[in-house]
Amino acid sequence: MATLTNIEAITRTLAEEMRRDPNIFITGEDVGVRGGVFRATKGLIEEFGESRVVDAPLAESSIVAVGIGAAVYGLRPVSEIQFADFIAPAFNQIVNEAAKMRYRSNGTWTCPLVMRAPYGGGISGGLYHSQSIEATYAHIPGLYVVAPATPYDIVGMLRHALRVDDPVLFLEHKKTYRLIKGEVPDTYYTIPFGKADVKRVGSDLTVIAYGLMLHHALDAAERVARDGISVEVIDPRTLNPLDKDTLLESVKKTGKALIIHEDNLTLGLGAEIAAIIASEAFEWLDAPVMRVAGPDIPAVPFSPPMQDFFMPNVDKIENAIRKLGAY
Amino acid sequence: MATQVAEKIALEITHRALGLSDDQVLEMYWAMLLARRLDERMWILHRPHLVAFHISGIGHEAAQVGAAFALKRGYDYAHPYYRDMATVLTLGMTPRDLMLALFGRQGEPSSNGRQMPSHFGSRALNIVSGSSPVATQIPQAAGIAFAIKYKKTDQVVLTCFGEGSTAEGDFHEGLNWAGIHTLPVIFLCQNNQYAISVPAAKQMAVPNVADRARAYGIPGVIVDGNDVLDVYGAMRDAVARARRGQGATLIEAKTYRPVPHSSDDDDRTYRSRAEVEEWKKRDPILRMQEYLTRVNLLNAQKIVESDARAKQVVDDADEFARNAPYPPAEAALGNVWGQVKS
Ligand SMILES: Cc1ncc(C[n+]2csc(CCOP(=O)(O)OP(=O)(O)O)c2C)c(N)n1
Ligand SMILES: [Mg+2]
Repeated sequence: MATLTNIEAITRTLAEEMRRDPNIFITGEDVGVRGGVFRATKGLIEEFGESRVVDAPLAESSIVAVGIGAAVYGLRPVSEIQFADFIAPAFNQIVNEAAKMRYRSNGTWTCPLVMRAPYGGGISGGLYHSQSIEATYAHIPGLYVVAPATPYDIVGMLRHALRVDDPVLFLEHKKTYRLIKGEVPDTYYTIPFGKADVKRVGSDLTVIAYGLMLHHALDAAERVARDGISVEVIDPRTLNPLDKDTLLESVKKTGKALIIHEDNLTLGLGAEIAAIIASEAFEWLDAPVMRVAGPDIPAVPFSPPMQDFFMPNVDKIENAIRKLGAY
Repeated sequence: MATQVAEKIALEITHRALGLSDDQVLEMYWAMLLARRLDERMWILHRPHLVAFHISGIGHEAAQVGAAFALKRGYDYAHPYYRDMATVLTLGMTPRDLMLALFGRQGEPSSNGRQMPSHFGSRALNIVSGSSPVATQIPQAAGIAFAIKYKKTDQVVLTCFGEGSTAEGDFHEGLNWAGIHTLPVIFLCQNNQYAISVPAAKQMAVPNVADRARAYGIPGVIVDGNDVLDVYGAMRDAVARARRGQGATLIEAKTYRPVPHSSDDDDRTYRSRAEVEEWKKRDPILRMQEYLTRVNLLNAQKIVESDARAKQVVDDADEFARNAPYPPAEAALGNVWGQVKS
């Protein structure tokens, strides 16, 4: 058993998997001697050399496209997008190319490409170093979108990402990189996509949250527990495809659902989850489905009061839990 | 007598000097002819709307056959674009395959009818599935070449596109990678001078696409895109360079599209008939017939015979595809994701 931070979980898993599979290589901006701007690829060029840890030119479309070509050939590229905010130039390659390769060739060509992207706010990153991009990409069939929040989940899901034969958008909340620590067993395990995890068992209401918001939700659940409110916290972990069964099972048990995400409210993951609950657990509901999410403004502003206004936090979540609990 | 012999040797030099046997050059002619006849039939099928859409490679046969002929079929990789019918025929796709796609029928090998026609792909032939957004294949081809270099094989990649598509960022990004990493990829621009209605001068401020190669540290070569042997010669050299580990080449084949952009286009709105007629005189098939006649590999009778043979093959493909069933509606559902392994 080792205690790792989220970023250590990523670096260590990349190294282990590269030792296991010689077809894995990494490319992205500054991934080489700099070890990535967040140090996620720290030490990898020293161990695996320049041929497997490749500093890319500053051109996101090609960071993904070169990954697609290499994946189609049979390698397992890991394309790092330096900040999720800068993935937009690669949108076409992700949506029209990677995600459609299997479908458009009726299963004859596949694209086993892992795209890692640090996302999320609360780090004074302003409009262009704080974005949550998951809803945009979770709409795309053929593209796995995952956002594990703990070292244990990151290790298991990154291992799995490097084994599936489809493209994966692997989202890493950058504020959790060094904030979140956790235990990772020495025994080898993987976590398949499409499996949510019950992070806290409770009976009064269900909170669904991922990324940084999972940790805020767990803190809020702890606070309200002192007043006898029993909250079940579920992390979907995989955002597309969603694990409906685990979500519905919990909501059918508690009768109340609160969805938290940092991504802005409208047409976010919460909208889809609320629709699933409304259409498949309507008779079990004791209250309207509630959401706490980022406001519908273009991105997270820089100045602290405005940044705090944007970010859902423990207080905001606690308030929502109390409101829903009392309904 | 002596001058006759000397003349014959000089004339033969073109294909022999390129290392092509008489049989091979005839094979090239056959591929061009078959592509042309198949393409013409597709236009005919569209007229009464027996098929929904056709995008044509007419006029591009020399550029395509000349390029594809320099590859090792099923070993090297190709990432073609929608105009590449003669390319994929040369690489081993069949007229039946392409007709099935035109009619959107079951068993169509590129996509089983999911994609519009001319979105080619074949795993067995190393023809990578293509999409509609132009130029996306260019940086992907660099990625395939990156993988080839990574695996240390001597394969090469051919990717094709039009001159209009070289205005896209993906063109720049793909060639940039190929230059930086000395990748075994050949970028073949089929410059037919128009992107739908927009002339090349409105796509770029330099006279030649090939001029752009300098910016990426790779050679840029201009060839007569209506002369199959000229294209083949440049392609053969580029392939050899790539196999030797010397990196990428940008080849610009100057050609013309004597037909509308697609079955949905009316080219009378943007260019004169005189211009089109002028270019038809330089038709690559006619030029190949002239050449082969000059070197005594073809004559009037053989031309008629090969036309008849092409018609037979096209008739067969047409008949076969017309009578093939459609895929069932539920065939839309599969192959979104693969099996989730644990
Ligand atoms: C990204 C993108 N934008 C627009 C189109 C629509 N479109 C299809 S072909 C074409 C012209 C392409 O011209 P060129 O690259 O010269 O190739 P050509 O068709 O002449 O062979 C356009 C604008 C497209 N397919 N993809
Ligand atoms: Mg053109």
